[in-house]
Amino acid sequence: MIDLAWLVVAIPLASSALLLLLGRRSDAWGHLFATAAAVAAFVVGLLVVGEVLGQSPEERINDVHLFSWIPAGELSIDAGLRVDPLSLTFVMLITFVGSLIHVYSIGYMTHDPARRRFFAYLNLFVAAMLVLVLADSYALLFVGWEGVGLASYLLIGFWNYNTEYAVAAKKAFVMNRVGDMGLIVAMGLMFASLGTVSFSGVDAAANGLSTPMATAIGLLLLLGACGKSAQFPLQAWLGDAMAGPTPVSALIHAATMVTAGVYLIVRADSIFSAAPTAQLVTACVGAFTLLLGAAIACGKDDIKKSLAGSTMSQIGYMVLAAGLGPIGYAYAIFHLVTHGFFKAGLFLGAGSVMHANGDSTDMRTYGGLRKVMLVTWATFAVCWLAIIGVPPFAGFYSKDKIIETAFVGEGWQPWVFGGAALVGAAVTAFYMSRMFFMTFHGKARWVDEASKLGADDPRPRRHPHESPLVMTLPVVVLAIGAVSLGFLLSLGDGITGWLEPVTGHAEHHEPVLPVPVIITATLVLVAAGVALAWRQYGMNSVPLTAPTGSALTRAARRDFFADDVNEALAMRPGQHLTRTLVYADTAVLDGAVTGAAAGTVASGRVLRKLQNGYVRSYAAMILAGVVIAGAVLHLVRL
Amino acid sequence: MTESVVGSGGELVLFWIIGPLMVVAALALLFARKPVHAAVGLIFVMIGMAFLYTALEAPFLGVAQVVVYTGAIMILFVFVLMLVGVDAADSVAETIKGQRWIAVALGAGLVAVLAGVVLTANLPPAAGLEEANTMTNPVGVAYEIFGSTVFALELVGVLLITAALGAITLTHKERLSAIRDQKATVRLRQRAYARGEGSQVLTPAPAPGVYALHNAADVPALDPEGNPIDISVPRVLRIRGQELAPADVDGHVAQIASGTFVQPVAPPVTDVRESHENEGGER
Amino acid sequence: MSLMHYLVLSGILFTIGAVTVLVRRNAILAFMGVELMLNSCNLALVAFSRVHGTLTGQVMAFYVMVVAAAEVVVGLAIIVSIYRARRTVSVDEPSLLRN
Repeated sequence: MIDLAWLVVAIPLASSALLLLLGRRSDAWGHLFATAAAVAAFVVGLLVVGEVLGQSPEERINDVHLFSWIPAGELSIDAGLRVDPLSLTFVMLITFVGSLIHVYSIGYMTHDPARRRFFAYLNLFVAAMLVLVLADSYALLFVGWEGVGLASYLLIGFWNYNTEYAVAAKKAFVMNRVGDMGLIVAMGLMFASLGTVSFSGVDAAANGLSTPMATAIGLLLLLGACGKSAQFPLQAWLGDAMAGPTPVSALIHAATMVTAGVYLIVRADSIFSAAPTAQLVTACVGAFTLLLGAAIACGKDDIKKSLAGSTMSQIGYMVLAAGLGPIGYAYAIFHLVTHGFFKAGLFLGAGSVMHANGDSTDMRTYGGLRKVMLVTWATFAVCWLAIIGVPPFAGFYSKDKIIETAFVGEGWQPWVFGGAALVGAAVTAFYMSRMFFMTFHGKARWVDEASKLGADDPRPRRHPHESPLVMTLPVVVLAIGAVSLGFLLSLGDGITGWLEPVTGHAEHHEPVLPVPVIITATLVLVAAGVALAWRQYGMNSVPLTAPTGSALTRAARRDFFADDVNEALAMRPGQHLTRTLVYADTAVLDGAVTGAAAGTVASGRVLRKLQNGYVRSYAAMILAGVVIAGAVLHLVRL
Repeated sequence: MTESVVGSGGELVLFWIIGPLMVVAALALLFARKPVHAAVGLIFVMIGMAFLYTALEAPFLGVAQVVVYTGAIMILFVFVLMLVGVDAADSVAETIKGQRWIAVALGAGLVAVLAGVVLTANLPPAAGLEEANTMTNPVGVAYEIFGSTVFALELVGVLLITAALGAITLTHKERLSAIRDQKATVRLRQRAYARGEGSQVLTPAPAPGVYALHNAADVPALDPEGNPIDISVPRVLRIRGQELAPADVDGHVAQIASGTFVQPVAPPVTDVRESHENEGGER
Repeated sequence: MSLMHYLVLSGILFTIGAVTVLVRRNAILAFMGVELMLNSCNLALVAFSRVHGTLTGQVMAFYVMVVAAAEVVVGLAIIVSIYRARRTVSVDEPSLLRN
């Protein structure tokens, strides 16, 4: 079955190609076909997992050779699949959550005329993401990496008749290119220093890397990871990426694609282990982004953008864990999986809410939705408790492990990273509770369409309703995962043991604080965050328009000026550079060319007078030549 | 400057007589208005050259110079001059702006360069040709020509034949149309007149005055009012300015021109019918 | 008596010939200038022959003469045919080289 692992990729890819090629002829059944393809990929993945589980732990890393891809002299790259616990974890996550989101989209996109195209893109994304995680070399990984970038671009800009959305898609694409450049250069350095870009080859040879080279490669890989995972300083695109349909936000910009950076860091373990500086930088980036994202999430009134900030923050946790080295890898992946479930659940819940509220995303126009959307409320509540880390929900198991791990170490690092993780947990509790209370509790800040209130009422008229079964069912499944997955995966040595063949065995280290103290502190802070949010948004009424707020709030609303910084640092200088180059091109280069031409013409015009057609003039020139040549010869001889 | 041991005082005298004369004759090329004068000057230069060759112990070349250059080439030139006739191109007025000054400057430059070369050259003493000319000069030259350079001689022979053929080809004129008889000529002339082209006179050009006292091809005919008709004088004479005014001619031509001529009593008309016919033809 | 005299005379004649070519518009006269230049060269050759004591210079002058004869034949034929076609022997008139 392992040899057939390529089917996991091939099925959604073929489905996508089929839907795109058939065009409108497949409109009627395209969505069902695509969903079936996603489910089929999941089933094949499940069979592969079953077989790998049957192997002894040491044998679980399987390399499947597919074909010789780039046989170019010294650079010979084979396309092959790496089927091991890490990639299979991702395969399961991608295909399972992906299938659920396919199902959800059937309901969500019912009324969209381009639904078939949407499903084709979703399949394309699933296929590309599977290539990314199943690749056995950085080169093939890069193919998937670009594939998901393409799918992300297509899906963010799915409603590209709206200029803002198209711009958001372009922004995401361009900022991802910055990260991709890091990945490409990293690959180039690998080939230059190691002569190979396959995982097995790099892992085998990485020990021989000099520290500066390893650090350079590590930092460049981190740059790639930052671009894909919306980590500081390449985080600004994620908020705008919410322009895409909500299922896209759930699948690509919450559960799977944005976690590819974490996958890359864990995959490049051998490089990072050889470069402590790169690891430290990774941890710093993670810690900073987790606070930054949390702060942004606090400031946003747009439910999806708030969730985007939350995603940024949660991935910050994962990157922090991955930056801590082998002891953190398993927890990073663990949190990644649980996060995939509850964050997808949250997004789909938000999608339901939007669906019910005429596609409005402004939380200030929600409120009191619990009564009309009971199922959505329940699933959202479960996922909310999971993400803020209340036991026994999934987030508690995974996040708490990361916080504990962050406290491991010596010197200033455990205190800084642990402190950041703790504060992050508290802020997470606050903003998620804020979102939950603003949306489902308090007084309704909307008016039912049927009400007889006067037209001067500022509240929007809505008719909220529960979503159909095809949309609620996937959310329920995800909610079940959000409840149980943490407990299930940490049974025994659970996911840690499953991943051990890849991440290596990590010695248990004692944190600088006793574990019960950390857990207690975390829970106390979480409770405080929830209480604060309840006091402000649950008990009190929420104004319909946002108050001015503190400077921090205003900054958070503007993503801490990320766009302004990017514009000032990259866009404007870039535009100036291009303008200068264009000017230089026209003035200097073209000028030289046209100048040479004009000079030739002008000199020709002057010299043409010599060609006057009179034989005697030519004779005079000949004689002049003779005189000059004779004089020169004579003078030189002297 | 190294004095040659060869050469006698007589040679020096010869050189100083002939050399300046040659230069003066050569200057005729530059300044003579009439090409024939220039040709005569050139012939003088070439004969002088023959003298100098002989003085330079090259009597064969001296003879060849007279035969080839003076006897053949220059005669050819004069023949062509005669064939082509004289033309306005002989005028010394310059048409290209600055050409004359350029020519003078370049000539001066050439003199300067050549003088520089000659004056600074370290010339060996002349070896003399007594030894080479022991079998007389023509025989020595013949040994040289038919010995070491015989192949070049063959080539030159081919060249001469080719040149002769070339000259024939160039000057040969194929007759491409039928010979025009007088009738056709007149018709063409009338058509040209109708188109406003060609001569504005349909009749044949009047003959120049042919009067006694003078071989008077250069004296124009007079019209009935006694004014001279210019086109009656041949074109070459007019170009050369050799046309005479009627007043320059002695006798009754001048009297006619000045209106003082008294018509003598006409002799009786012997054949009235013939003169009437002539008048009719005129009409 | 010196070789120098002949060389100087030769140079003067050569220059006169060259300037003639530049100045005279009559093709026949210009051609005569060329002949004068050739003759002055011959004079120099013969003088050098005497200096070196060999007859090679004279032989060379002989060949120059022969080639000049051939050249004159062809050149004058060209002049005559130009005159036939254009009724002129001015070297300025056939400025067909211009176009």
